[in-house]
Amino acid sequence: MRLTQGCFSFLPDLTDQQIRAQVQYAIDRGWAVNIEFTDDPHPRNTYWEMWGLPVFDVRDAAAVMMDLDACRKVYGNRYIRVSAFDASAGWESLRLSFIVTRPAHEPGFSLRRDEGPGRVVRYSTHSYAAERPEGERYAGA
Amino acid sequence: MTATLTATPTTALPPASGAPPDEDGATIDLKAELAELGVEAVLAALDGELVGLAPVKTRIREIAALLLVERARRKLGLLSPPPTLHMSFTGNPGTGKTTVAMRMADILHRLGFVRRGQVICVTRDDLVGQYIGHTAPKTKEVLKKAMGGVLFIDEAYYLYRPENERDYGQEAIEILLQVMENQREDLVVIMAGYGERMERFFASNPGFRSRIAHHIDFPDYREGELLAIAEILLDGQSYRFSPDAREAFVRYVGVRMTQPHFANARSIRNALDRARLRQANRLVAGSGPVSADMLMTIEAEDVLASRVFAQAARP
Repeated sequence: MRLTQGCFSFLPDLTDQQIRAQVQYAIDRGWAVNIEFTDDPHPRNTYWEMWGLPVFDVRDAAAVMMDLDACRKVYGNRYIRVSAFDASAGWESLRLSFIVTRPAHEPGFSLRRDEGPGRVVRYSTHSYAAERPEGERYAGA
Repeated sequence: MTATLTATPTTALPPASGAPPDEDGATIDLKAELAELGVEAVLAALDGELVGLAPVKTRIREIAALLLVERARRKLGLLSPPPTLHMSFTGNPGTGKTTVAMRMADILHRLGFVRRGQVICVTRDDLVGQYIGHTAPKTKEVLKKAMGGVLFIDEAYYLYRPENERDYGQEAIEILLQVMENQREDLVVIMAGYGERMERFFASNPGFRSRIAHHIDFPDYREGELLAIAEILLDGQSYRFSPDAREAFVRYVGVRMTQPHFANARSIRNALDRARLRQANRLVAGSGPVSADMLMTIEAEDVLASRVFAQAARP
């Protein structure tokens, strides 16, 4: 099951050239670009690991692409996303976030039903991938 | 791009209407292109504001011409890998290496060979860390800032310290080499340093020499050129020589050039600064009101009081 989250999530995966253009857009607006990765695809897993510091003080997207390539070399079989943080007063939040790399095989989610007292049913989603220990979830990729 | 690929002899016939305009008959006016980009203005400024340096200017014109032709070729769809633009500036102290590097960034930016045109000036301190594992992130940080522009490494030979085999400079050099090779279209590295030390630096790091396409040597200034520089400097600061002072300064330059630690234009600048100091002292010590003319004029005595003359007089 293809994971969708953030911007452009219903488009086909962006090419490197398209990623570069988006990153340049963010840099031109003075947003700090971050590279984050995870191997827990659960939608409520908000805080991914960061690859280094946010890329501050750069003028060109080539700097971010260099970091992204380095991150892909190590964590190419996990999810990697690029996000851009706007620090200007009034915003102080993410303005852009999109997935740039995903595992070759995404097993998807199971829906669990916990039956409570009476007719109460609680639903939860579990990623099949997350059943394995961290770091081994997408090792086959 | 397809236009040139299909430009076989059979297309020698006049192109049918609707054919792409850049068929083999297409031309590009290089002169107009040059004017449009404003490169000519930068080159003219280089000629006007920088005295002497004839070989440097020739080389820069050549590079600018190459970049222009490269641009025209790209427009007509002639593919070639992006030219290597890394440069090394060697020359004695005060010969204008840094000044030219700043201009170079402007030229490259106007021609579209660097995308942003910023210049990041660094020395060894900015690249090499203080402890193990500190160097790589530091160097990469600097490289990232320079992406899309020019990275100017002053006194580049300090990066390599052969006397200490555990020096972290080597690590910075390796990262630099890798980026210089793999991301040629993303940044231009200009290294500067004194002639023979750079020579030794390149000798011990052959990778650098082969990755740098343009080795430009900055010659020492001649006496007349130094005087012209002095005039330009004074003019920029709203000062001027009195006729006597000019004559004294000609003598000063002649003497100073033969003395040790002569640093070309930098020595001239320092000499002028000291002359201004003496002029100020003279005006303050003197009596009566001062006019704008007096405030602007450097007299012969301001120049002649220099200890350069005293040293020259000593046997």
